Amino acid sequence: MLELFRDTTIKHAVLAAGQVTPDSSRCVQCGICSYNCPIGIDVRAHALRGAPVQENRCLTCGECILRCPRGVLRFESALPERL
Amino acid sequence: MRRYVIIGSGAAGLAAAETIRRKDASGTIILLTGDRHGYYSRPGLAYYLTGEVPEKQLFPYDRNHIRNLNLLWEQSAVVRVHPAEHQLYLEGAKRVDYDRLLIATGATAILPDTPGISLEGVVKLDNMEDARHILRLARRGATAVVVGGGITALELVEGLAARGMKVHYFLRGDRYWSNVLDEEESRLVENRLTHEGVVLHHHTNLIEILGRGGRVSAVQAQEGDRDLRLNCSLVAVAIGIRPRKNLAAQAGLENARGILCNEALQTSHPDIYTAGDVAEVIDPVSGKPVLDSLWGPAVQMGKVAGGNMAGANLIYRKEIPFNVTRIAGLITTIIGQVGSEPAKTPSENDLTGAIMRGDSEIWRQYPDAVVTQTVGGHNRLRLYVRQATLAGALVMGDQQLSGPIQRIVREKLDIRSIHNMLIAPNAPLSDIITQFWRERQPAHAAFGFV
Ligand SMILES: Cc1cc2nc3c(=O)[nH]c(=O)nc-3n(C[C@H](O)[C@H](O)[C@H](O)COP(=O)(O)OP(=O)(O)OC[C@H]3O[C@@H](n4cnc5c(N)ncnc54)[C@H](O)[C@@H]3O)c2cc1C
Repeated sequence: MLELFRDTTIKHAVLAAGQVTPDSSRCVQCGICSYNCPIGIDVRAHALRGAPVQENRCLTCGECILRCPRGVLRFESALPERL
Repeated sequence: MRRYVIIGSGAAGLAAAETIRRKDASGTIILLTGDRHGYYSRPGLAYYLTGEVPEKQLFPYDRNHIRNLNLLWEQSAVVRVHPAEHQLYLEGAKRVDYDRLLIATGATAILPDTPGISLEGVVKLDNMEDARHILRLARRGATAVVVGGGITALELVEGLAARGMKVHYFLRGDRYWSNVLDEEESRLVENRLTHEGVVLHHHTNLIEILGRGGRVSAVQAQEGDRDLRLNCSLVAVAIGIRPRKNLAAQAGLENARGILCNEALQTSHPDIYTAGDVAEVIDPVSGKPVLDSLWGPAVQMGKVAGGNMAGANLIYRKEIPFNVTRIAGLITTIIGQVGSEPAKTPSENDLTGAIMRGDSEIWRQYPDAVVTQTVGGHNRLRLYVRQATLAGALVMGDQQLSGPIQRIVREKLDIRSIHNMLIAPNAPLSDIITQFWRERQPAHAAFGFV
């Protein structure tokens, strides 16, 4: 896999709090999020319903956010960064 | 008991089936599809090619979900529809009767009539079979040629490069995706491709695909005013798509580029509906029929058509066109009007009369003022500024602002307070938008989605 194509330019921010929240209008159901969840949460199913991942198992590791090729997911409490 | 028949197992067909079932628990729903893989994420095929996702992950629904819809699912191509008789025929002359029919047959890649196009080793990317075919043929270290100017062509470039192929990318014009991206954005994308070892050929036309023993062995092209001959084992083509409207046309339904329908997504025959990439919906504002080739609208249309087939009275309102894609590793959000100036060189679209996948014709309208900002080399913001509103935007790279901008455009928020700041030379656009958004929102919700 080529590095550049992986670099989706989302910063891998480490956040203590916050839940993974989808913008379902961006989602094309490719499933990369669910595939990369280290504990097997079906993130895509949440994205389909437009519902935040409110599972206490969620590690908020940000892997799904980082891998999503469409910027569907983000931490809800993420603070604004500069563009 | 009503009999519903749906042709097509894509985004539109499935959305319709789900909606019908919600409204009518006992009606018979028959889903007919020519795709033996059923329902899967077509946009996800690009990431199957790069190896970011395995094939089985592209299926969003497990067997239970489909079972719960209680569909009669038949894998068979429909060959003819008889509207007056409310009947259709499958391959093998099997007859199916319907009360309400949905034609959601999608669109298919156009292949040019270049000599050699049917050699083994010429590929397109429409469906799962195509993706498998490409992966079977992709050889590490071998050379591939990709032809076409839009998102799918680039996805082929990236997929083949990720599989270790040496990729030569032929562009007809002077830069990548010139009717949506501006010059700087095209350059940004092209630089990233070059950095990954992709060889770009501008002003290049494929003349002939040469073969040996029925397989691709080389291409002959015209690059500017010189001849180019390149040995290669694979040629990938993505020059545009065409709605699959044949069934409807043969059945005498009104059609133009796609199947024409009203806002209820009803065709010229009242018991036949259409949705998705094949549907050409009259735009209530302009009165013109418009084609989209986007997942979101296909789902939306499927819901409206399905609801109406089951007796509801729904209207499909064309939303502001919106797409998110990833080009050369940069997430790119396109919303509303973004057309760049009229192309200097003809685009693939002009030549084929088709549209590109993931494209919307509404993008190519002209704005009042365009302002742009590039930050950190690859984060790009382009805004279409009107007096009181933002007509459209392109956000490339960092997506922090795309949520707020989506809402500013969609909800036609009043931007008069920042209009002059935005159009000032070298305006710090992202700061201005951030500030504008923050002032409108309760502090805690400033950048959350709604
Ligand atoms: C590689 C790729 C990348 C894409 N990228 C994006 C993107 O970035 N963003 C975006 O929004 N969209 C993207 N799209 C487009 C998106 O996938 C389509 O807009 C969407 O799938 C349209 O759904 P549909 O249901 O109208 O048609 P399809 O999903 O094409 O489904 C049509 C169905 O009809 C069936 N069919 C056709 N003819 C017959 C027949 N005669 N009998 C029986 N069955 C028949 C087919 O087998 C298929 O199941 C992409 C598509 C591809 C292929």
